[in-house]
Amino acid sequence: MISRRALQTALRSGVRPQSAGVATPAVALRSYATFPTTVGEDLLKPTKYGGKYVVTLIPGDGIGSETAEAVRTVFKADNVPVEFEQIDVSGLEEGKKNADVLFKECIASLKRNKVGLKGIVYTPVDRTGHASFNVALRQELDIYASVVLIKNIPGLQTRHQNVDFCLIRENTEGEYSGLEHQSVPGVVESLKIITRAKSERIARFAFNFAKANDRKKVTVIHKANIMKLGDGLFRSTFQRVAEEYPSLITNDLIVDNASMQAVSKPQQFDVLVMPNLYGGILSNIGAGLVGGPGVVPGCNMGREHAVFEPGCRHVGLNIKGQNRANPTAMLLSGAMMLKHLGLDQHAGRISQAVYNVIAEGKVKTHDMHGTNTTDEFTAEVLRKMDELA
Amino acid sequence: MSLFRTASRQLAPSRQPFVRAGAGAVAQWNRGYATEKKVGGFGGQKQANGKYLVSLIEGDGIGPEISQSVKDIYAAADVPIDWEPIDVTPVLVEGKTAIPQPAIDSIKRNLVALKGPLATPIGKGHVSLNLTLRRTFNLFANVRPCKSIVGYKTAYDGVDTVLIRENTEGEYSGIEHHVVDGVVQSIKLITREASERVLKYAFQYAEAIGKKKVRVVHKATIMKQSDGLFLELGQRMAPQFPGIEFDYELLDNTCLNMVTDPTPYNDKVLVMPNLYGDILSDMCAGLIGGLGLTPSGNIGDECSIFEAVHGSAPDIAGKALANPTALLFSSIMMLQHMGLNEHASRIQKATFDTLAEGKYLTGDLGGKAKTHEYAGAIIDKL
Repeated sequence: MISRRALQTALRSGVRPQSAGVATPAVALRSYATFPTTVGEDLLKPTKYGGKYVVTLIPGDGIGSETAEAVRTVFKADNVPVEFEQIDVSGLEEGKKNADVLFKECIASLKRNKVGLKGIVYTPVDRTGHASFNVALRQELDIYASVVLIKNIPGLQTRHQNVDFCLIRENTEGEYSGLEHQSVPGVVESLKIITRAKSERIARFAFNFAKANDRKKVTVIHKANIMKLGDGLFRSTFQRVAEEYPSLITNDLIVDNASMQAVSKPQQFDVLVMPNLYGGILSNIGAGLVGGPGVVPGCNMGREHAVFEPGCRHVGLNIKGQNRANPTAMLLSGAMMLKHLGLDQHAGRISQAVYNVIAEGKVKTHDMHGTNTTDEFTAEVLRKMDELA
Repeated sequence: MSLFRTASRQLAPSRQPFVRAGAGAVAQWNRGYATEKKVGGFGGQKQANGKYLVSLIEGDGIGPEISQSVKDIYAAADVPIDWEPIDVTPVLVEGKTAIPQPAIDSIKRNLVALKGPLATPIGKGHVSLNLTLRRTFNLFANVRPCKSIVGYKTAYDGVDTVLIRENTEGEYSGIEHHVVDGVVQSIKLITREASERVLKYAFQYAEAIGKKKVRVVHKATIMKQSDGLFLELGQRMAPQFPGIEFDYELLDNTCLNMVTDPTPYNDKVLVMPNLYGDILSDMCAGLIGGLGLTPSGNIGDECSIFEAVHGSAPDIAGKALANPTALLFSSIMMLQHMGLNEHASRIQKATFDTLAEGKYLTGDLGGKAKTHEYAGAIIDKL
């Protein structure tokens, strides 16, 4: 689990102006000049009304409503002082009518509350369909760092043991820029944007995260041998920032090699930092190593906002409404959120209860090769929480 | 297992350039590779002695040793092939990395080559040799079969899938620029022409090796236009191959599902743009035990080059410790490409049997055998 302090430390220094010793061009400096030199704790203080935190809840499509319901149930049972402001934005056709309105509402709500818990909103494959709400949300709120923990859960048998690494993914540019055009019929260009400012920000976040969480090694994942300028900038920025963190071991790995290593020797990884698309690929490979998208929590951190969502972003449309989904990822993301809010006891109890259910192995959802329903799993978590209390 | 028995040189698409100007999009959909009968077939002829001539790039480091093993095994199996060794040490022509003309001539004449690992010369300004070869011969498709080796235990059993990667454009277009200082644009280029060609090849390959399904791997949720075009062209092409089931899958799901359980991919040929193919094919190699066991074929309009994709391992060069399996498997793909299926099956079986038996394994597989002892064991099995 990531502690709140750790994340905040990571964030605070993530926006620190570049140290004077490093010669950087005026353009890059100017963007930092607009940030305050120190970021106070208050920037991350979420809104609290009448002793309760208000948190935006976006269940999303697919299994979202079921897993969000599990979180509601568990939070209620533990008397968590959190009030949800739920917005049912959907990327499916039937929800299209007022999807834009709802999406704006999401942004407004998150800007107000500063903290959110979110499932995944469906994105159509169709070329004429709308762009991804998930991506738009991350860009709009500038929640630039995606943190995904890939760790074996005791009791859940997988092909690989002792996997424990952490993916830090740049969330706001790269291949997900959304800039595309058709020069002439049959010739399409998609732009991948890499900037020094955002590369530096994510590198710093990764280093601070590693230090705060007692990790030893930070690896930058890239394809700079082919994309010499784009990924080259990402890698060289990482290497420059690395000089400020002599206590950490740093190295670099080409993305195809990293993928191969991930399925053969994943134990060698510690903290990995990478541009957007590679993060999508490696978080899925990682999730596959430790038991699937149903058990991998994650969060997206920005300077002012934090949105918690399952780390391996799958909608789960195929099992929607069947009461089959594994609520673990959403519950653990919720627990991560509680830690972020400083509600450590609640967070500890809920995550421990979830881990106990899995370790005992009596109640298992379909993705864990069991036959239990989402509700049964949630009920078992409640029972385990009683035992802990 | 038969690959392209018919000669198809006369159909080589390079003779029918795709006309971009003028006609609107709709009219153009009917032209180009979609209507080609065959793409990437082998059109070579036997020499007077009844054998095919094949260009052989032995490569650097362990290259000569593993090439020797392949030559020995082929001689023992009476494969109707004569090797023509060529040197591809790069030369600079007008400041650009190029392959020596005699080597180009040899491959253009023989239409097929087998290649060991090459060390890219260190120093600025050198484009990698692999990229140079790819460009020189317009090798548009990279074919990477991944099959579990009985006798070499990994976390995954029973993998048997094929990945085909578009090899000329996409994320590796090489078009990049600084917009302003600190802001870089890299362009992913997807064209109808290149996409259709590789998709067509994927369908043909699936037919030739008896796989029932072709699946496009894409990220069209995010890259709606580029990956969207690739996917759409696949959908349009599918009706031309009624015997093959076509579907598509989001890249995220492919990564997740393959790592969770790769066996549902055994009836499929996966086809995808450049970067995804690069990443996924190496990931699949990881599933079965690494690059030392994975063959690879680069298919061009006329010429095709089959190669081992592992490194040249200079640290163990000349010590007879290297494992020739990847190069040998690549050469088997080459035989299938040339229509020499009987020889291919025979050598393949002998190799699989030797590996399964486990008595003569090289060091990388946990054995103690020397390169030539392993090759000798395969020869005995023939």
